[in-house]
Amino acid sequence: MSRRTTGLAIEAEGLTRSFGETRALAGMDLQVPAGTVYGLLGPNGAGKTTAVRVLATLLRPDGGTARVFGHDVVTEADTVRGRVSLTGQYASVDEDLTGTENLVLLARLLGLRKPAARDRAAALLAAFGLTEASDRQVKKYSGGMRRRIDIAASILNTPDLLFLDEPTTGLDPRSRNQVWEIVRAVVSHGTTVLLTTQYLDEADQLAGRIAVVDHGRVIAEGTPGELKSSVGSGTVHLRLRDPGQRPQAEKVLREALNVPVQLAADPVALTARVGEAGSDLDASAQAARALGDLARAGIVVDDFSLGQPSLDEVFLALTDHPAVSADERDDELEAAR
Amino acid sequence: MSNATTTTERAPSVYVPSAEALATVLAPGARPPRPSALGASLTFGWRALLKIKHVPEQLFDVTAFPIIMVLMFTYLFGGALADSPRDYLQFFLPGIMVTSVVMITMYTGVGLNTDIEKGVFDRFRTLPVWRPAALVGMIFGDVLRYILAAVVILGVGLALGFRPDGGVAGVAAGIGLLVIFSFAFSWVWTFFGLILRSEKSVMGVSMMVLFPLTFLSNVFVEPSTMPGWLQAFVNVNPVSQLVASVRAVMSGSSDPSATMWLLAWSAGFVLVFGTLTMYKYNRR
Repeated sequence: MSRRTTGLAIEAEGLTRSFGETRALAGMDLQVPAGTVYGLLGPNGAGKTTAVRVLATLLRPDGGTARVFGHDVVTEADTVRGRVSLTGQYASVDEDLTGTENLVLLARLLGLRKPAARDRAAALLAAFGLTEASDRQVKKYSGGMRRRIDIAASILNTPDLLFLDEPTTGLDPRSRNQVWEIVRAVVSHGTTVLLTTQYLDEADQLAGRIAVVDHGRVIAEGTPGELKSSVGSGTVHLRLRDPGQRPQAEKVLREALNVPVQLAADPVALTARVGEAGSDLDASAQAARALGDLARAGIVVDDFSLGQPSLDEVFLALTDHPAVSADERDDELEAAR
Repeated sequence: MSNATTTTERAPSVYVPSAEALATVLAPGARPPRPSALGASLTFGWRALLKIKHVPEQLFDVTAFPIIMVLMFTYLFGGALADSPRDYLQFFLPGIMVTSVVMITMYTGVGLNTDIEKGVFDRFRTLPVWRPAALVGMIFGDVLRYILAAVVILGVGLALGFRPDGGVAGVAAGIGLLVIFSFAFSWVWTFFGLILRSEKSVMGVSMMVLFPLTFLSNVFVEPSTMPGWLQAFVNVNPVSQLVASVRAVMSGSSDPSATMWLLAWSAGFVLVFGTLTMYKYNRR
């Protein structure tokens, strides 16, 4: 099929959009290559949902331009709609209808005749493991099943570009893995996926490139590897038995790792970044050395962990301010209505 | 030992996404031609029917409310305004039918507001179909509710002694006029359903519009008994034009002037509020 396009799936320049006093988009630039998974990573209220709504023709930007496969999202909205699909944060299927009814309804709206629409619905329900639930109302589905019917509805017409707005927020780990597998299958068939997420590991698992979004603009862009190496590849978290040993532990760590050490609010906890670019050792070797030095200094460690940098830490490193917390999101969603 | 019975409840089968199964549904097929404007609207109308099938309680509004209206006003005013409730009913039934159905039109706005709140309209708005189809289809579903309400009221009226001289044809024509007007008037509510924030505020606004519109009319009494300034309003009120038309055809005659005004009002509502609705719908 020659429907697939190479080159850029999305080109956005200087997108702005305000809701009253809130600037949800403050000059966002994006270039998404076709045929890849592209991650928009950012905290609640960063402008991810607004960006998706503008690109999916649901919202007009105040300024700037955006093109999807070369078509302007404002002046050629109808052409864009023919090639994209959106799975929003909230159920974008009708909860009162059954799984089959929802898919048949959408298939009919995409132009399939009734028998073809029924076949397509049945095939999608089977592929998404929903055959048994096909005659149940969607409001009776579990969270993971809802996500699946939502995504099934979005690929009814095998779109060239699929928007997934926080597809795994609120899902249990198993359902999250199922969604990840589905996303991988979708992209392997040539659909470009724009994924928004708050989780670095999700972007890392799925996305070929990531844009880190904050206050309505892109503050960093690159492959997951590039982003992580700019932040350091890991973080060591330590809990001591004796809070009195913390000053000494801080000194040992600083000398072993040659990085600043953060003292947490908890009087026995410390954190430090490891695996910074330019270090001669990788993160785990650095952590092992630090642990050895602490033991030799007679400091008792109760709890030790080495993890990837969290979104908070990426943010701290990129912006010098922590990721903004939850309630701004509600403002944005409210305003987007 | 305890009688530990092992319940052999079947564990819910765990879904494992299979690459092969997904591959069969992901192969891009040829895209079918887009449905026509009417086809898309009717498909959305089918959705409205499915919702009635799954949530039949919503028909309570269009059945119980009209019955209460007919019984209440027939016996409240019948003795005072005419010789008996039965006599009053000959004059009053077309009017209360119009009042009840016009009041029910506001549920179009409430329903739309709820739908948007739930997010399903985000998907509809990203579909490449004729833009007004989702709303037109929704109103098609509501039209069925209007017809149902009108028939219920007619049934109650007939049971209480309403005997229209226009016969079956006259009554059907009356209900037809009522449905035309209600379809047009529903666009007022789609507009309010889009611009107002909650279904409560839609209800609030609708009461402020509907009470004056239905009560300051010729539904309950002849306008000739009213002060001049009120007559002026009552006579231009589209509900009065509608009631006059429906009364005329149900009694076997016709009121061409009222019917002409009624159709003009209906066209005006679709033109003005349909346009405003689509403007808001596209620019949210």
